[in-house]
Amino acid sequence: MRLRSPLARLWQHVDTFYAETPRLPHGSFVDFDVQILPARGLRRWWHPQARFLLDGEEPFFPLPQAEAGPLFEWGMNWCVAQRALGHLVMHAAVVAKDGAAVMMPGFPGAGKSTLCSSLVLLDGWRLLSDELALLDPADGQVHAHPRPISLKNASIDVVRGFASARLGPVYVGTRKGDITHAACPPESVARAAEPARVRWVLFPRFEAGAAPHIEEISRSEAFVLISEQSFNNERMGEAGFQALCGLLSGARCHELVYGSTADALALVRHACEG
Amino acid sequence: MSTTLQGLGTAATRLVAALRQPQTLATQSEAQWSQLVATARACNLLGPLAARLQETPVLTPAVADRHLAGALQLSARQRLSVQWESHALQAALGDLGVPVVLLKGAAYVMAPAEPALGQGRLFGDIDVLVPRAALGDVESALMLAGWVSAKADAYDQHYYRQWMHEIPPMQHIRRNTVIDVHHTILPLTARNAPDPARIIARATALPGLPALRVPAPEDLVVHSITHLVHEGELHNGLRDLHDIHSMLQRFGPTPGFWGRLLDSGAGNDLAGPLLLGLRLAQAVFESEVPAEVLATLVAQAAPRWRRRWLLPVYARALRPPTDEGAGMAEAAARLTIFVRSHALRMPMPLLLRHLSVKAWKGLLPQQRPAADG
Repeated sequence: MRLRSPLARLWQHVDTFYAETPRLPHGSFVDFDVQILPARGLRRWWHPQARFLLDGEEPFFPLPQAEAGPLFEWGMNWCVAQRALGHLVMHAAVVAKDGAAVMMPGFPGAGKSTLCSSLVLLDGWRLLSDELALLDPADGQVHAHPRPISLKNASIDVVRGFASARLGPVYVGTRKGDITHAACPPESVARAAEPARVRWVLFPRFEAGAAPHIEEISRSEAFVLISEQSFNNERMGEAGFQALCGLLSGARCHELVYGSTADALALVRHACEG
Repeated sequence: MSTTLQGLGTAATRLVAALRQPQTLATQSEAQWSQLVATARACNLLGPLAARLQETPVLTPAVADRHLAGALQLSARQRLSVQWESHALQAALGDLGVPVVLLKGAAYVMAPAEPALGQGRLFGDIDVLVPRAALGDVESALMLAGWVSAKADAYDQHYYRQWMHEIPPMQHIRRNTVIDVHHTILPLTARNAPDPARIIARATALPGLPALRVPAPEDLVVHSITHLVHEGELHNGLRDLHDIHSMLQRFGPTPGFWGRLLDSGAGNDLAGPLLLGLRLAQAVFESEVPAEVLATLVAQAAPRWRRRWLLPVYARALRPPTDEGAGMAEAAARLTIFVRSHALRMPMPLLLRHLSVKAWKGLLPQQRPAADG
């Protein structure tokens, strides 16, 4: 991607979270031409806002300039979901070990990003994505695009407690509540070119005080649940359908219910054994 | 390209050249591919460009290829969807005994042309034309089959039914597909008043879909042009012009085509729009248009369609957002086209009334997607 912006706050965000991301040489092909610009007119000075532009067009409302970092992350998610470049794009976190991946489809409030952070920061999993799984129908593998993990509200303090966590500034009172980002481990960034094959599909559900519980579910049930979380299943037609069937035929699917990070990690270890 | 069209800008000029002569792309750099893909996407022409490249032995870099392949895949998906909707329309309207003429994108998909029209193109709503007398029956039959009016607002309903050439768009409750039912091809309030009966009478039936028709080639061209030159916003202007250019290339050499085109256009109070549309296609895509056809139209068109400044103004307004040189001149050109299109479609008192209602309603909270993760 190409990123242009006069906003210092945005570059602080980029320096904090994308220092290890390789820079392309000048004149490379650009998949996403992004500009983050100050708002025009009065809003340049009065409660200054930042606008997100993709290929010169503004797909959504501006945000306060202080939130240029979150605007960039949301905008990039939007770009990837809209412009799939041949991938089947699903709303899911993906982590991997030795080429075998866990995919966790995201239902709001299920605790996906907290669990994803703990797997990556505490249990040695490699981050492929905390939000968007990119399945390539050609090779049946999920491709990595490691970026900082977005954390909301209560999950911020949980992840702050992990020794290896490196968090950015907390943006208080955004449209989605308090949010911050956890840096992606450098090793995940360095191995971004390595795809992984999904072996386990986990549907996590955090319930305060719940006893840990794991249950295998059928692939057809998982298919329906994942289809709901796909951005371009419909648009891809048969290719998307076949790709998702292929993914599920090589995976085991579980539902997890847990009340603590320790329980969640134990359940994931259990599900991914053997 | 003629010098009057410098306002089109380098990005769009290169896109037009790529569509006309894709073999020239063999030598371009990765950065040039990058700009070409971005411009084609902004103009809704990425799929047609990909389709052109498929028929040309040009090696596209892999980084560009996945953008092009994605556009073709989406187009194929939408083509299938248009076919499905056509069968659904046959099922819903077949018993009425009314001719239902598919227009624009749906007509390109369903017309038995070889090779197919609109290759790689994206398709949105389905547009159909039915005799005005059958409008009530068609609307009720569609409602029974699951389409409901998508405009709940009372003023919008009134606006469409009183002054427009179509009833308010109808959306299918399960498939979410939208159908626009037209009873003529221009608003009832427009300065030009073509007779839709001739388009319906000349339309050809589709094999296996007895209720459905596609317009004759000359009517496809005239309708596409009429639409383009009455359009107030040109986001899809270059795409529409490319449709027109492709059809002229395909149908132009057919014996008698230009005579029938003149009859369909000039013979139906559309000499002016047809003149401007053909001149635009000629200027931008270098479409081949016989000089005597233009001369005949010049003699018949009202002065407002003959003005020479229209071409450079259109060129400016067509400049895509990926062109970094765009500024005040483009904004002025877009405003000119916008104002002109409204003046063409409505007499001034009615226009003022409509715009003031719209402006008043615009003060109420509007809907646009917000940034979201």
